[in-house]
Amino acid sequence: MRIGVVTFPGSLDDRDALRAVRIAGGTPVSLWHGDEDIKGVDAVVLPGGFSYGDYLRCGAIARFAPVMSEIIRLAGPPTQTSPGLPVLGICNGFQVLCESHLLPGALIRNEQQQFICRDQKLRIERTDTVWTNRYGKDDEIVVPLKNGEGGFAADQATLDMLEGEGRVVARYLDVNPNGSFRDIAGISNATGTVVGLMPHPEHATEAGYGPEAQAANSTGDGTDGLAFFTSALQGVLSA
Amino acid sequence: MTSDSMNLTPEQRAALDTVEKAATTPDVEQPWAALGMKADEYEAVRKILERRPTGSELAMYSVMWSEHCSYKSSKVHLRQFGEKTTEAMKEHLLVGIGENAGVVDIGQGWAVTFKVESHNHPSYVEPYQGAATGVGGIVRDIISMGARPVAVMDPLRFGALDHPDTHRVLPGIVAGVGGYGNCLGLPNIGGEVSFDPCYQGNPLVNALAVGTLRHEDIHLANARGNGNLVVLFGARTGGDGIGGASILASDTFTEGGPTKRPAVQVGDPFAEKVLIECCLDLFKADVVQGIQDLGAAGLSCAFSELASNGDGGMLVHLDRAPLRDSTLAPEEILMSESQERMMAVVTPEDLPGFLEITNRWDVEATVMGEVTDTGRLVVLWHGETIVDVPPRSVAHDGPVYERPYSRPEWLDARQADTPDRLPKPQTDDELKSLVVTMAGTPNLASRAWITNQYDKYVQGNTAQAMPDDAGVLRVDEESGLGVAIATDCNQRFAALDPYTGAQLALAEAYRNVGVAGGKPLAVTDCLNFGSPEDPAVMWQFAEAVRGLADGCQTLGIPVTGGNVSLYNQTGSTAIHPTPVVGVLGVLDDVARRTPSGWKSAGAQLFLLGTTRAEFAGSEWAWSQHEHLGGLPPQVDLAAEQALATVMVQASSDELVVAAHDLSDGGLAQALVESSLRHGVGATVSLEAACERDGVDAFTLLFAESAARAVVAVKPEAAQQFTEACQAQGVPVVALGSTGGETVAVEGRFELTLDELRVAHERTLPEALNA
Repeated sequence: MRIGVVTFPGSLDDRDALRAVRIAGGTPVSLWHGDEDIKGVDAVVLPGGFSYGDYLRCGAIARFAPVMSEIIRLAGPPTQTSPGLPVLGICNGFQVLCESHLLPGALIRNEQQQFICRDQKLRIERTDTVWTNRYGKDDEIVVPLKNGEGGFAADQATLDMLEGEGRVVARYLDVNPNGSFRDIAGISNATGTVVGLMPHPEHATEAGYGPEAQAANSTGDGTDGLAFFTSALQGVLSA
Repeated sequence: MTSDSMNLTPEQRAALDTVEKAATTPDVEQPWAALGMKADEYEAVRKILERRPTGSELAMYSVMWSEHCSYKSSKVHLRQFGEKTTEAMKEHLLVGIGENAGVVDIGQGWAVTFKVESHNHPSYVEPYQGAATGVGGIVRDIISMGARPVAVMDPLRFGALDHPDTHRVLPGIVAGVGGYGNCLGLPNIGGEVSFDPCYQGNPLVNALAVGTLRHEDIHLANARGNGNLVVLFGARTGGDGIGGASILASDTFTEGGPTKRPAVQVGDPFAEKVLIECCLDLFKADVVQGIQDLGAAGLSCAFSELASNGDGGMLVHLDRAPLRDSTLAPEEILMSESQERMMAVVTPEDLPGFLEITNRWDVEATVMGEVTDTGRLVVLWHGETIVDVPPRSVAHDGPVYERPYSRPEWLDARQADTPDRLPKPQTDDELKSLVVTMAGTPNLASRAWITNQYDKYVQGNTAQAMPDDAGVLRVDEESGLGVAIATDCNQRFAALDPYTGAQLALAEAYRNVGVAGGKPLAVTDCLNFGSPEDPAVMWQFAEAVRGLADGCQTLGIPVTGGNVSLYNQTGSTAIHPTPVVGVLGVLDDVARRTPSGWKSAGAQLFLLGTTRAEFAGSEWAWSQHEHLGGLPPQVDLAAEQALATVMVQASSDELVVAAHDLSDGGLAQALVESSLRHGVGATVSLEAACERDGVDAFTLLFAESAARAVVAVKPEAAQQFTEACQAQGVPVVALGSTGGETVAVEGRFELTLDELRVAHERTLPEALNA
């Protein structure tokens, strides 16, 4: 199982995502923003960071990187030409997915106008995606959150559509850290192959280096995020 | 005339101050005073050159001979750091003082480089950019050693929390530290935040960076090899930060004076992040002979330092420098402190490989000239010679001042005004409410409002970060080898006695590293003081350096680098002497580190060290009585060593589950912090410790005696742990145990964690969100 991680100029959590894939038991593959080739990987992670500095609008330039053209083509709704490549966008990667229109909505500046780094409690609400099938429905987990522009925003109709179709993958519990509408932390496309998530599961995959806080279904050693990556191995295999 | 000079119009050529012109017009008025030079320094330049300097030469000398770059007032004292470093202390030292940053061997072929620097004055003028570029500058020092930057820390000092100027500068400084560090992908793993009225109008922004590298990857800043190419790469040169080192960092702010905003640089963390990855690829490809970052004094510094550390000559074409503003004059280009620039020395054969990598990262690279064996640094502007100097005279042979210093007259009165006269709590109820009050003073309250703005997770190697005593990083993912780092300084102690205060700063940082399980190896320092032209300040500086150098010698760990920041004062009022000390230690396996909070009930609590009625300079005396007088706590470095030895071994043997050093706020504050960390309380009895040390409960709870820690020990390991303490001669006494939802002092009072949490966590948000 080969999972690619894209490095854009300004990507920061790319090495962490590669490490998480390895810990989960997959084969991590580095992908370069300037290549049109995704080296035949089975799934792709768009990592956190500040691609191209994010000076225009987060993810707005990364969306036009050569590698993204190929990912957008492959990740589109499954058709003859597009097999529905699984993609997980974390933080900046979520922003890139929204800019690419693979996911609806947008991420805006945190409500409190400050960057925030905290151990965040989440509820996993959709478990039939490629990236969350190893969680139980309504599992409560803790993973790090760190963003300056992480407020999920969409119009009422889109929010109602996401809720109605069960496409809210994860929701913030206890504290809404950034003013996201309806406490939404992550969403998916209709088929559950593309998932965008503002918090960072790759930073909760190794005991001793993840969050200290615990939630109801926590692994107890700060590795609550690992199942995103083991899910992908499972999900892609069975697809 | 060369073909290059055809690019200049006749008017431009007429206006250009060349070496040729300088030789024939000795009497031209030159703006040396406006550039921050003294008359005798200007005369010295004329003597070196045997003519008047050109405008460009004057620009170079003025920035390189500034206090910030030349250490002209501090040099005579700083020599002690080298002189008091014994051969034994150099055991782990791969690169010592004098390079961009020191490099320490931590074993298994790994090395660590770390350094702390100041960016105080720019942060006062323009808080966000000043702080941001402070982080950027120290990170480039780390890259230029050949290392991957892996973490930052930031010791910050502000005026009183309720002072308007604190509200003007703090949010911007914190956002700047976070904005830059977060965008670089560097975890922020610690530092300090301190509030004191002495910093009103002169906040201190110190930034520490750490990098890791393999021994064979060490790079140095020198230009060797006649005919090798000098390549400038990274961001373009602009008009920002012109004269930052000479005008901002080496002068005092005066009320109502002109704002100095154009002298502050503007940072672009994205450009620096790309530069980091590009440099690491360049090192990996082995296409760099020597490398230097461009920080203070910009190209003036890079040209002159690279040349004088190498074969001694360099010929560069300044007009090749890519500019953001095409109207910049050569003097301005030489002085600009535009950020995110580096300079490398590359062999002609390696140039294609070098450019391939810079192209891959979209980093602009320009061959500026070449290394020569002429012994002269020659700078051309469109073919005309505008600089022709011996590079050492610019970079290393600046003025050295033996500034007069004398013990300030007011110090006797301050030391005589001991805290003995202050009213102390008399009843257990008063003690109880004091614990709550103290937990929420600006200096002891939770720093989460600030530290939550910093990414501590990125890179995935942070084993421990604030609010723990020391930041702990994994260096080797296989073996778990890692480092612990802490920075500390109590400026009130230094104000009472700078010699002892500097040693107490060293002792606290050393203790914090040891308590976390790190074996202390090396020291970096950032010496923040007032004007060196004030003999009282100069005395404080001399005493602090002497104290620190003596302390390092006693502890057997060398100073590997650092920074001096002078002129930290507004008008005639200097800040308290603030020698910030960073200590780095090594852990064979960071999985066996010791955190500062206890996670579960049932651990046995012990107090290590001796408590004395030491309240001078304490947080209690200051926060409750606005009192600053007496003599600071006594220093016992042998006791610090013994404590660290016990704790390093106990961590490694996994006897302990938590340990917290006792410093600001004493035992009471340590118990509160360790209990709040994971919401697990503690029950303690003070009687045995009070009786042994001959002190009352108030003293045991709030005194700030050094060489102490509170340790939570696994119950089955209690005997082994106490025996280990006794073997090292560390006084040890049982205090109680962990558990429950209160901090209970038996027979006296009990406080719920909820009320303590409210008191501890509300202070900064209430003050800063208003």
